[in-house]
This record gives sequence, C-alpha cells and structure tokens, in this order.
Amino acid sequence: MQFILDHYNYWIVIFLMMVGFYTVISRGNLIKKIAGLNMFQTSVFLLYISIGNVSGGTTPIIAEGFRAYSNPLPHVLILTAIVVGVATTALGLALVVRIREAYGSIEEEEIHKQDESF
Amino acid sequence: MIKRFTLMLLLAGLGAIFAGLIQNYVADEELNLTAAYYAAHTAEDIGAANIVTAIIVTYRGLDTLGEVTVLFLTAAIIGLVLSQGNRQQQQPQRKLPPAGELLVTGTRLLLPLILLFGAYVFTHGHLTPGGGFQGGAIIASAMLLLLLSNPMKRFSHRLITVVESASGLAFVIIGLLGIAWAGGFLDNRILPIGTFGELFSAGAIPIIYAFVGLKVGAEFSSMLVSLSETEDL
Repeated sequence: MQFILDHYNYWIVIFLMMVGFYTVISRGNLIKKIAGLNMFQTSVFLLYISIGNVSGGTTPIIAEGFRAYSNPLPHVLILTAIVVGVATTALGLALVVRIREAYGSIEEEEIHKQDESF
Repeated sequence: MIKRFTLMLLLAGLGAIFAGLIQNYVADEELNLTAAYYAAHTAEDIGAANIVTAIIVTYRGLDTLGEVTVLFLTAAIIGLVLSQGNRQQQQPQRKLPPAGELLVTGTRLLLPLILLFGAYVFTHGHLTPGGGFQGGAIIASAMLLLLLSNPMKRFSHRLITVVESASGLAFVIIGLLGIAWAGGFLDNRILPIGTFGELFSAGAIPIIYAFVGLKVGAEFSSMLVSLSETEDL
C-alpha cells in the first residue's frame, strides 16, 4: 500500500496514458481523437518530469540552502515537447476545420462513407 | 460491444506491463553526469538561477532556435490551410449571441493584468520558473479572452506578422553578436553577467527571452486568430 502511495504520479501516468489511447482508438469524432492524443501526451510529460526527480531534490533553480536539485534535462526536453505538442494540436484542429468544410462532418464513419473508402 | 471489450482488455494488459516497469523503479540518488555539470556550472558561467533556462537559452540555444522555427512553421501552415479560397470575404451566416456581461467586463479588467503577468514571466525567466515560451503562452491567452468576449473581432494580421518577424530577427542577431563579441552563437556574455539573482543579470538571457516571449505570443495569437476567422462558416 505504501508503495502505491509513494509512486502515485506513475499510476496517474498509466491511467492517463490508457484513457488517452482508448479515446484515440475508440472514438470516431476527430476532435475527441485530438483530445485523446493530448491526454496521452500529457501522461508522457508527467512521466518524464517524475523520472527526473532526485530523492530529496528541489526544483532546478539555484538558491541558498539547497544542495540537491532535480534533473533539469527532462524539464528542458518536456518544455520543447509541450511547445511542439501545442503546434501539432493547433495544426490538427485547423485540418479538422477544413475537413468539416469539405465533408460537412467530423465523424470518421461519415467521411469514409462519403469517400466510399473501406 | 465485443470490440470495445477487447480493446479495454488490451489496454488493461498494456497498463499492467507499464505497472511492472514501475515495480522496480527507484528514484536517483544524485544527478547524472551531464545534469551535474549543468547544475555545477550554471551559476558561474551563465549567471542564471534557473538551470532549465540556462540550458534552453544558452547551452542549447541553437535547439531553441529550432523550436521557435517549428512554431513559426506551424503558424504559417495553419494560415495557409485555413485561408484557402475567398472564405474570408463571406458574411457570417448566423447571428452570434452576444457575450455575457460578466465575460465582457471581466475581459476589460483582466486583459492588462494578464499581459503584465505574461511580461513578468518572460523577463524573469532566468530567476523564477517561467520564461519566453510560458510568457508567450500567457500573452496569447489574453488574446483568447478577447476573442471569447467578441468572436467577430478582427486582428491585424500585418501587426502580428511584424511583431513575430522582428522578434525572430532580433533573436538571431543577438545570437550572431555572440559569435563576434563572446564565445559563440547565442552566447549570453555579450552583456555583463551582473549580480547573481538580480533582474538585469545573466547577460543577454532576459533580452533573448523577451524576444522569444513576444515571438511565441505572436505565433500563438496568429494561430488563434486564424482559427477564429473560421467561426462564421
């Protein structure tokens, strides 16, 4: 029990990752798919930041009275990842707007029906 | 139904595999080699309190330039994708309900405060958690509030483009000055390092981050404005 409580952020990571993955696979609505992708992404951010923790370490900002800092490298990587994540989300939403204009729908099944693909 | 159940089962299995990885995980006792170097040398080499900022702006400044380029490309491509044809000239087909009193008054009250906070976050990036990207996102959130209170509001694309290009250019020029006056591209020591912990310290970092903040804010705003202009269709 103590183990589960100590690693609570990792359980949140797994939960978010699976919920996001499920949303991406099972939903036909393109907006919901993007939302699921974002949840998946958030879980990866959380995983990286958690792994960067050094026992007893504080945030990687130099200040009086602190000797141990968390690993700053995951923070740097994830800052980049968040920015790129925002970019991909925005681009995905823009494409959804265009798809809505072209097909009149954002449901995957209806789009396939109109294209007679599948 | 059976398909959904299989999927759930599959994901539960996948989750169990990840959980197995966590079982044996122990947090590090000390920083690894690269991180320890950055932690030990940031204060004297760069003069910034925030190690993350020091790495992003100076040690790995070139990567940040690439990151900003990714954002720039995204903003440009979104503009391209959404501006096909002559849709912009079309009149709105339906009348939008007016924004609530609360939202309109709240926008008037909060807008300057949000902009101020954004500016605070990107100028203090070397001292506190924050920096150009975060500050830029906060500034763009002010634009989002404006768009929420009046969805038909139109912003000047030209102004946004000018701010974006000018700050991008300034970022690169500061980087090139680093080659001429200091140790290399994007070296922050073109200005004196100053006293550790003060606002005007850490060389060029506050200036670089101010430009990054403006650029990111302009890029996010441009994305929001492009998306909002499809509102009437």
